[in-house]
Amino acid sequence: MSSPSLLVHDLMAGYGERAVLDDINLTIPSGRNTAIVGANACGKSTLLRTLSRLLVPERGKVLLDGHSIHRLPARRLAQQLGLLPQSPIAPEGITVLDLVSRGRHPHQGLFARWSSADEAAVAEALEATRTTELAERAVEELSGGQRQRVWIAMALAQQTGVLLLDEPTTFLDIHHQIEVLDLLVDLNRMRGTTIVMVLHELNLAARYADILVAMAKGRIYAIGPPEKVLTEQMVREVFGLASRIIEDPITGKPMMIPLGRHVACEPSRDRVEEPTKNTPGAELRTWSDRHPAR
Amino acid sequence: MVLLLVVAMGLSMTFGARDVGWSEIVAALYGQVETIGEAAVASRLPRTLLAILAGAALGLSGGVMQGLTRNPLADPGLLGVNAGAALAVVIGLAWFGIEDATLYIWAAILGAGLTAVAVYAIASLGRGGATPLRLALAGAVTTAALSSLTTAVVLPRGDIAGLVQSWTVGGVGGATRDQIVPVLPFLFLGLVIALLSARKLNLLALGDDTATGLGEKVALARAMAAVAAVLLCGATTAVCGPIGFVGLVVPHACRLLAGSDYRWLLPFSALGGAVLLTFADVFGRLVARPAELDVGIVTAFIGAPVFIWIVRRRKVGAL
Repeated sequence: MSSPSLLVHDLMAGYGERAVLDDINLTIPSGRNTAIVGANACGKSTLLRTLSRLLVPERGKVLLDGHSIHRLPARRLAQQLGLLPQSPIAPEGITVLDLVSRGRHPHQGLFARWSSADEAAVAEALEATRTTELAERAVEELSGGQRQRVWIAMALAQQTGVLLLDEPTTFLDIHHQIEVLDLLVDLNRMRGTTIVMVLHELNLAARYADILVAMAKGRIYAIGPPEKVLTEQMVREVFGLASRIIEDPITGKPMMIPLGRHVACEPSRDRVEEPTKNTPGAELRTWSDRHPAR
Repeated sequence: MVLLLVVAMGLSMTFGARDVGWSEIVAALYGQVETIGEAAVASRLPRTLLAILAGAALGLSGGVMQGLTRNPLADPGLLGVNAGAALAVVIGLAWFGIEDATLYIWAAILGAGLTAVAVYAIASLGRGGATPLRLALAGAVTTAALSSLTTAVVLPRGDIAGLVQSWTVGGVGGATRDQIVPVLPFLFLGLVIALLSARKLNLLALGDDTATGLGEKVALARAMAAVAAVLLCGATTAVCGPIGFVGLVVPHACRLLAGSDYRWLLPFSALGGAVLLTFADVFGRLVARPAELDVGIVTAFIGAPVFIWIVRRRKVGAL
């Protein structure tokens, strides 16, 4: 499947009088995995909402293969551009199969019957998200991680070349965060789906995205591969946080260590890079040793 | 469900304030009206028909309203839509002297539509939008206000007071063929639009954002479903008066049977509404013999506990 290109041109958007986004020009690389990061209220969710036509821009355009997404017929657009919002609602009692099947909506006409193509797409989506065994279960019985996989399955059944996700890992524990992100990378690699996601967790974004888009105050601060974008200067200017960036010893990706107020003094670089200056028996010290009961 | 409906119809023809022998019932069904018993049965036929139609319309309209507001407490009665329809009809009667049945219906639909928009607007005021509880509160307040207005309009008019009083309780008794025929086109249109909007309601149920992502025009879908709901309950109110709780109880009961897919839920709700209202009408005829209890009172007795049960069971808001 070749992914359509997504292009943002001279965009200004907001809610009512308040402009949240200004002067945004952005090319989402086709077939890659892009993460949008930034501080709270920097406009990253607003950008995603505008990309997914939930919000109509004041000025400027979002182009999908050269067509303005706010002009395309809703159903045709939905065949190419999928969306997983931050808090989707599962109706009470709905089964996994039923929910995932609703992802086929844009491919069905007003009176169209359920086709074998629909059947195949749903089966494949369940398989890809490893939710086939859950098909007959009610969505509300599932764990948070399973539920998120089911929602992703619904978006997969939609079979779009572009998939937008607003904080897909929020409210999940670290195990399930990794599980969801692994799944998205699978999709991107195996189907060539262009993925754009808003992520809170900087280190996970650097680890899983090919491209990072850093936003600050409604504008794009930087865009590029994580190695270029995730710098101490960026973290300071975008998040207002002092940090060190080190190389993840396993993946070689950049990794951010926040300093915070309780680091006694600015530690020198070599101490951060070589933190295990072991005093004998240090590894045996436990919480209770350091905080003896009074 | 269909079987239940047949049973209900049978009971409705058989039982009434007056005991009638089997032979007379059969004779009346073949069109004889020679004895008092046969006449009584003959009057039960349009009444049963009306109960079925009104019940189906209210059940369907409740299901549609719950879907489009994503609110488990939505019901044409609770949201004040029936009261709005009633007020419009009463105003039409008292001030404009309308007598034509079709005008009644138009007045009722107009009143229902205006009230639906007003209640939704009131509930959406302020931050957070129209939550289930706010919608129910706005509906309750509106119902109270509109009912008082209705009373105020009727009070100085001794000539129509009796007519209006029996009508505002909500009942299907005394129905005639001439009353039923004019509503049929409205009910039919409402039914068609409601069934066409079933798939849209399925998507709205996933939240507005997801529905948009799946290619649905959310505002258009809501408007379409709302037109269906207003047509159905407005037309019903014009004939029967405001009957509450059918639209609340029936879709919830049907969810247990048909699940959350509106393509199944809506037809089930129509059938279920017909069954419930027919049974309620028979019950109302039997408990207060030799008088009768209007069906609106019976449904209120059934509906109020269910309402409380729904509110207590859910963290209201999950639909």
